[in-house]
Amino acid sequence: MARPTSSHSKPGRTLLLLLALILALGGTMFLQKAFTPKLGLDLAGGTTLTLTPVTQNGASPPEEILDRAVNIIRDRVNGNGISDAEVAKSGDNIIISIPGVGRDEAIGLVSTTAELRFRQVLAMEATQLPQDLPTQAPTPGATPSGSASPKSSSSAKPQPSSTRSAGTPGPSVSPTGKALSSALTAPTPTATGQAAKPETTRGAQSDQRQQRHKGQDAKATPTPAATPSSTQQPANPNIDTTGIDPAVLKQFQALDCTDPKKRGQGVQDDANKQYAACESDGSYKYVLDKAKVVGTDIDTASAGVRQGTTEWLVQLDFKSKGASTWATLTGQAVSAPEPRNKVAVVLDGVVITAPNIISAIPGGRAEITGGFDQKSATDLAEQLKYGALPLKFNRSSAETVSSTLGQDQLQGGLIAGIIGLALVVVYSLLYYRGLGIVAVLSLVVATILTYTAVVVLGHNANFRLSLPHIIGLVVSIGITADSFIVYFERIRDEMKEGRRTLRAAVEVAWVRARRTILIADAVMFIAAVVLYALAVGGVAGFAFAMGLTTLIDIVVVFLFTKPFIAMLARLKFFAKGHPLSGLDSERMSADHSGSAGRTTTPQEA
Amino acid sequence: MGLGRRLYRGEIDIDFVGRWKLWYSLSGFLLIISIAGLLINGLNLGVEFKGGSVISFKPAVATTVEDVRTTFRDEGVHQAIVQTTNQRYRITSEDLSEATTAKLQQIIKQKYDVKEQIDVQSIGASWGGEVSHKAWIGLGVFMLAIILYLSMAFEPKMALAAIVALVHDLVITAGIYAWSGFEVTPATLLGFLTILGYSLYDAVVVFDMIKEVTAKLGTTSKQTYSMAANNALSHTLIRSLNTSLVAILPVAAILFIGTTLLGAGTLKDLSLALFVGMIVGTYSSLCVATPLLVTLKEREPKYQAIARRVAAASGGGGKKSGKGPKGSENAAVAKG
Repeated sequence: MARPTSSHSKPGRTLLLLLALILALGGTMFLQKAFTPKLGLDLAGGTTLTLTPVTQNGASPPEEILDRAVNIIRDRVNGNGISDAEVAKSGDNIIISIPGVGRDEAIGLVSTTAELRFRQVLAMEATQLPQDLPTQAPTPGATPSGSASPKSSSSAKPQPSSTRSAGTPGPSVSPTGKALSSALTAPTPTATGQAAKPETTRGAQSDQRQQRHKGQDAKATPTPAATPSSTQQPANPNIDTTGIDPAVLKQFQALDCTDPKKRGQGVQDDANKQYAACESDGSYKYVLDKAKVVGTDIDTASAGVRQGTTEWLVQLDFKSKGASTWATLTGQAVSAPEPRNKVAVVLDGVVITAPNIISAIPGGRAEITGGFDQKSATDLAEQLKYGALPLKFNRSSAETVSSTLGQDQLQGGLIAGIIGLALVVVYSLLYYRGLGIVAVLSLVVATILTYTAVVVLGHNANFRLSLPHIIGLVVSIGITADSFIVYFERIRDEMKEGRRTLRAAVEVAWVRARRTILIADAVMFIAAVVLYALAVGGVAGFAFAMGLTTLIDIVVVFLFTKPFIAMLARLKFFAKGHPLSGLDSERMSADHSGSAGRTTTPQEA
Repeated sequence: MGLGRRLYRGEIDIDFVGRWKLWYSLSGFLLIISIAGLLINGLNLGVEFKGGSVISFKPAVATTVEDVRTTFRDEGVHQAIVQTTNQRYRITSEDLSEATTAKLQQIIKQKYDVKEQIDVQSIGASWGGEVSHKAWIGLGVFMLAIILYLSMAFEPKMALAAIVALVHDLVITAGIYAWSGFEVTPATLLGFLTILGYSLYDAVVVFDMIKEVTAKLGTTSKQTYSMAANNALSHTLIRSLNTSLVAILPVAAILFIGTTLLGAGTLKDLSLALFVGMIVGTYSSLCVATPLLVTLKEREPKYQAIARRVAAASGGGGKKSGKGPKGSENAAVAKG
């Protein structure tokens, strides 16, 4: 049994605890200047897409693959300039929420499975990343570029995926002799050939770019000024336009890779056409040939360390058909002049890497080396293996809600809540009279707690109030009120049976009612948890609201209703059983005579 | 005294447990009707389960359901169901291609002068299957969890009685849906699942009281298990009715708003399921769960002995003999 004395003697302390809790939540609201809940798309307007993975025999896809798909879709959506979109996993499904309206084109592309393509590079050009300019203190003369890379057979033209390049040319070192290598060194000024990893520092990158300018300048315009300020660099005169579709060339010239939103991430490139694309980090742009080899030609890809070294590489295995086309493609590229000796790997509309082909690669195996660390090698291997989206998705549901319908629904939900609350209040007051005030105040406290909790959760845990939540909250007004009823009825029982004083009855009844309330709330909570964990779509939201209000119910009953009644029990109005208190003798009398005896039973002995 | 006052004073005394035959046959009848309805009529599954498109808009110019239907038919939409509530038109149709949807949006915008975005929902045919699949799993897990929990909090027989009452509620609610032809949407399913929690709330309140009252039953008690249970039930009747009524009030409010203001949609579907389910749930916690529990408990030797003794005692003669050696035997059992 409980220790009624402790709570009996200090109801004020418990109420203070509640006050502290409310103040904490309210204070958080004020500090964050957040006073309204964040609304879900069904209330604020927007588009919600549910994508369901298509798997063989309907098995759940592995968690990590799903996570990868989520990241890719997020990149695509953000790449389209929709920065406020949310991509989240819900069970096996992926839910994409795009606020606002008129984003139909974005919706179209998120769920498509773009393919990996291998395209020969026809032309390429460096991009000026404006943010690099200030960091580039031009130090002319300090870097004798001409002598920088004597060993790199393929000229001083920078390696396209400069972020992954390193100082070791592949084929000569490769023990297996298979050499698809992004091994072209970035011309390192010291020409030591050490495996500098330029991607680790922006400074290193800048150096390279500077180097490149020098190289280009040296070739094209013999001015010693190595100023990288040539943002208005004209269409590079040394682009060989033979065989390039003029339309694609035009696109290429118009392409601005400096803006992440314009890099074309997520564009579905047509395998049978030439294509102008950006490097995924925007550092280069390319004109690419038709795709000769596609993602489905790859059997598997894996990341590993070359034996006897610490160098990370990505190994590719082609299927039989892919192997022959791959041999043809590499054979064609290897003899081509720079930059056509490169084969770009295009994924989701952007070039993820474009290694040099150093020799034709028959046999269906290839290695990409150069400047990888474990993560970049693993990432690339996964991209090569899975293509753009590691899973095929079905669009299970797509829902666009206009802001007016959203407002209507919000309004409807709120009106329903107010009516529901009012009905419960009226009923409590009619039935329980004085005690009804306790019920009403308890509901007020519960409402305050719920509102502040929803706002605080909204701004800290990104909880968005949607229609199912509102319904869940309104419905749970009932549960909260049920707890008071159980307690009130117990108090009346105690007073009837034991003829106890009110103050004693409040304590004894509490011990018994508490157990009932806790068991009943536990049942509700189990229901909420099960629904939340297993359900799809709006069900989870509803279950969340149900679980939240069940917890709030317990807080209110323990921290408000009980101590408040204990305090009221000290008042004469209740203790003496005033007819309006809800504890009057007529109600309590066990006398069946029917005479509405107004004689006050001696409650206070 | 009027019924109202007697209710208020908690002096109502209905022999719920004693009339178990009535309740069992009534529930049995309702269950058969419900299952028949499910078999004959089936459930009227919403577009979310069959797959399809829902387009909804608020026209700025006056129009009619017939006119809207014609507009859709002209675009090759053949299974368009047009509903209207509060000047908002809602057209449910077969799954439309993106092109058709886009074209329809254009036409609607021009023809009905709609300024805002048109609400479009399109659902693949497999979606509903997934929703209901998950719902079944949820139901199974929930029942298991509740049986375990109530077995610990109360006892296994109470858990069993509560779950049987729960299944009873779900079947009858589904039966009502089958016969009335109310549309079943994922929101309805949500409502069904929520009934689980509410249906048990009442049962928990009643069982808790029964547990308390019957705990006192011993060899010398003048009450059988069923009498004690009935006592507890009468005692908590007000409580059950109050809690149910208070729970139903907000649901009724949502149902009212959902039907009058918004028409078809989550609000209405969910609250309708809850409304029906809660009423059935109140009935079952009083008239099914408790009598069932009593039926189960009266089979226990301990309570059979009490029942025999009480019956003998009330039968008149042999008061002393009835309390004879048997009594002491039982006392030992009760202590053990």
